[in-house]
Amino acid sequence: MLFKPVLLWTDVLLWLLLAGVGLYAWKVRQREHLIRPWRRLLRSRSGVASAVVLLAFVAVGVLDSLHFRLPLEKQGSNTGIHYSPEVLSVFDLIAGPLRKRVEKTYSAPFAAHLYTKETIELPGGKQLRDYPRLKYGGAHLRDPERELGEDVVLTALQGGAYALILLSGLTVLLSLWLARRRGVAPGAAWATIRQGHDEIPWRTFLITLGLLILCACLAVVFSAKYHIFGTDKVGQDVFYLSLKSIRTGLMIGTLTTLVMLPFALLLGIMAGYFRGWVDDVIQYVYTTLSSIPGVLLIAAAVLILQVYMDSNQDAFDTVVARADIRLLFLCVILGITSWTGLCRLLRGETLKLREMEFIQAATAFGVGHFRIIARHILPNVMHIVLISIVLDFSALVLAEAVLSYVGVGVDPAMQSWGNMINGARLEMAREPMVWWSLAAAFVFMFVLVLSANLFSDRMRDAFDPRTR
Amino acid sequence: MINYIIRRILYALPILIGVNLLTFALFFVVNTPDNMARIHLGMKHVTPDAIAKWKHERGYDKPLMWNGAAQGGKQATDTIFFEKSVGMFVFDFGRSDEGREIARDIKTRMWPSLAIALPVFVIGLAVNITFAMLMAFFRATYIDFSGVVLCVAMMSVSGLFYIIGGQYLVSKLLHLTPISGFDSGVNAFKFIILPVLIGVVGGIGSGARWYRTIFLEEATRDYVRTARAKGLSELSVLFGHVLKNAMIPILTGAVVVIPLLFMGSLISESFFGIPGLGSYTIDAINAQDFAIVRAMVFLGSVLYIVGLILTDISYTLVDPRIRLE
Repeated sequence: MLFKPVLLWTDVLLWLLLAGVGLYAWKVRQREHLIRPWRRLLRSRSGVASAVVLLAFVAVGVLDSLHFRLPLEKQGSNTGIHYSPEVLSVFDLIAGPLRKRVEKTYSAPFAAHLYTKETIELPGGKQLRDYPRLKYGGAHLRDPERELGEDVVLTALQGGAYALILLSGLTVLLSLWLARRRGVAPGAAWATIRQGHDEIPWRTFLITLGLLILCACLAVVFSAKYHIFGTDKVGQDVFYLSLKSIRTGLMIGTLTTLVMLPFALLLGIMAGYFRGWVDDVIQYVYTTLSSIPGVLLIAAAVLILQVYMDSNQDAFDTVVARADIRLLFLCVILGITSWTGLCRLLRGETLKLREMEFIQAATAFGVGHFRIIARHILPNVMHIVLISIVLDFSALVLAEAVLSYVGVGVDPAMQSWGNMINGARLEMAREPMVWWSLAAAFVFMFVLVLSANLFSDRMRDAFDPRTR
Repeated sequence: MINYIIRRILYALPILIGVNLLTFALFFVVNTPDNMARIHLGMKHVTPDAIAKWKHERGYDKPLMWNGAAQGGKQATDTIFFEKSVGMFVFDFGRSDEGREIARDIKTRMWPSLAIALPVFVIGLAVNITFAMLMAFFRATYIDFSGVVLCVAMMSVSGLFYIIGGQYLVSKLLHLTPISGFDSGVNAFKFIILPVLIGVVGGIGSGARWYRTIFLEEATRDYVRTARAKGLSELSVLFGHVLKNAMIPILTGAVVVIPLLFMGSLISESFFGIPGLGSYTIDAINAQDFAIVRAMVFLGSVLYIVGLILTDISYTLVDPRIRLE
């Protein structure tokens, strides 16, 4: 075998989630009343722009979720194939050079020299204390001081040119596609796009996509020569780490809701539908849980998990598998602390719905409780579920950083923005300051959370019946 | 009123019992005292004797819920559950795993927490409502639009960034306040400014946006139209009618956190080196001191429930239609 696929627990859940999304999309396509809010969402400019950015993040996250282990090189007469303990993902292959070009320690963005002074052996046997050149960053420059500026401009132009070519190609394709769909000439289709006359804001779509492509092209051409966000304490490329952290952020943001959703749905609807003692019990459960401060409950649970993992170290064959279990557990705990809000909302909505005439009619016809809940109540509370999923997402991404700082976040071996911030925080007092890890983590988080916030705003507008 | 409060407190009891049982289960059943001892004494090379000694010193060597070996009432009282969990109902938190008395620590540490959290709360509320009123006043104009954009951008920034950025800008570049630390009495003032400032700024994004939504919802009501039709100026409509009627949703969110102010903020206290309850908790988490974490979980729940009761009472103060029976 060329490689051995590795299916981590969070990967499984992610694929399940994607399958669920696919199923939902397929269902939505057939039903006009379900597709309408999505159309409304696609017609708002900020909705389209944020969706494009979010999709880019999701693409990186999904590529980073296809895990496998490569075989080790054969040693001696040993015939069996042994696989490397290092778990890689498809994304690691794509970003291969970034991953492998490890320097000695810190270096600033676009630097050609190391951050710390070292003793360098000169050819004549003499020693000199200076900042040594980096092994990879700016290694092609002969005299970095003079050539750096020129090289950066030239490389940027190169990247810009690539981006322009890609974007024009995409624009032409989009015009042709639109022309075919609408049955007009390609020129006319391009005119509608350019002037923004179409129902769907294609112009915004193209501008956002163009910016993304520009960033991607610049990143590609620059990271071939430099460390664009510098390197961290052990010399790893910070840009690579930030990209790897995307998966962690997305996982925390989505799996948490996925884990808690069944409980919140079931209990919330049951409480509202059956009322009486069922309602009392469920209300008691969620009031008790929600009265415990979230961070403390998470801290307590993670402490306990740590004890468990320390005493069962043999159960995990790789570091990644171990970190993955911890991530999953963190999602579960975050889910336990955050399902109460959704549960309360669902209970309230179900209380309202069950007094509606169509439910009363169903009851009068002798439809069973289960059928009423599944066919009549569930579809009518789905908008609340969707809205709260996207609303929670950004809060969860931000919470990850805080939890990692408190020391109860994801495993220290896992790349995450929280861990990057936590690691860089200790270097704040250095002079000159090591700011690039912090900056990279904050920038990535900001872009993801901002687009998630914008998207959830538009989504609420499109789905909430009160705002129609 | 008094009757209502008493009844609410009685209702709160089962919830507190639930919290108590849950924390007990988390800290003693899922995670046995043996495990705790092993963590504290180091994972490897721990002799059973050392574990037994550690457990005995902290009173963890008793049966969990029921002591069959003891006599009479002792069967229920001479247990970990009775000694460690039931005592919390009378705020007897016992000793931390390091041997310090938790109740005394809490008493001394809650004041620094309050010194930060209370100004953040009061100033933050005032600032947020002011901004929200401004946006509501200029609604559907570019001022409102850019205000909302700013709010969304500000709430997308990680809270850690506000703290790190604020420390860097105010303390390191401008040298206006000390980076971190705390002092007693009036001298504490200069240490408080920066955390309070950052706490307020960090909360503007979500706060102002949330209050703006409330105000706009109220501003579309019929009584507002009537007030405008009577010829009232926009300012007196906003302050005299909209703000007053928006008090209920504002109180719902605000009053419940007042008791929790005692707990302080985990993150900012540890960044600014403030010896409050927040940093106390963080230190306990890092030192894996389960006794302190357990006490803080319980205390937090009590304060939250007190907050809920206060919220209900505050409704009667602002809304004459609500009477607590």
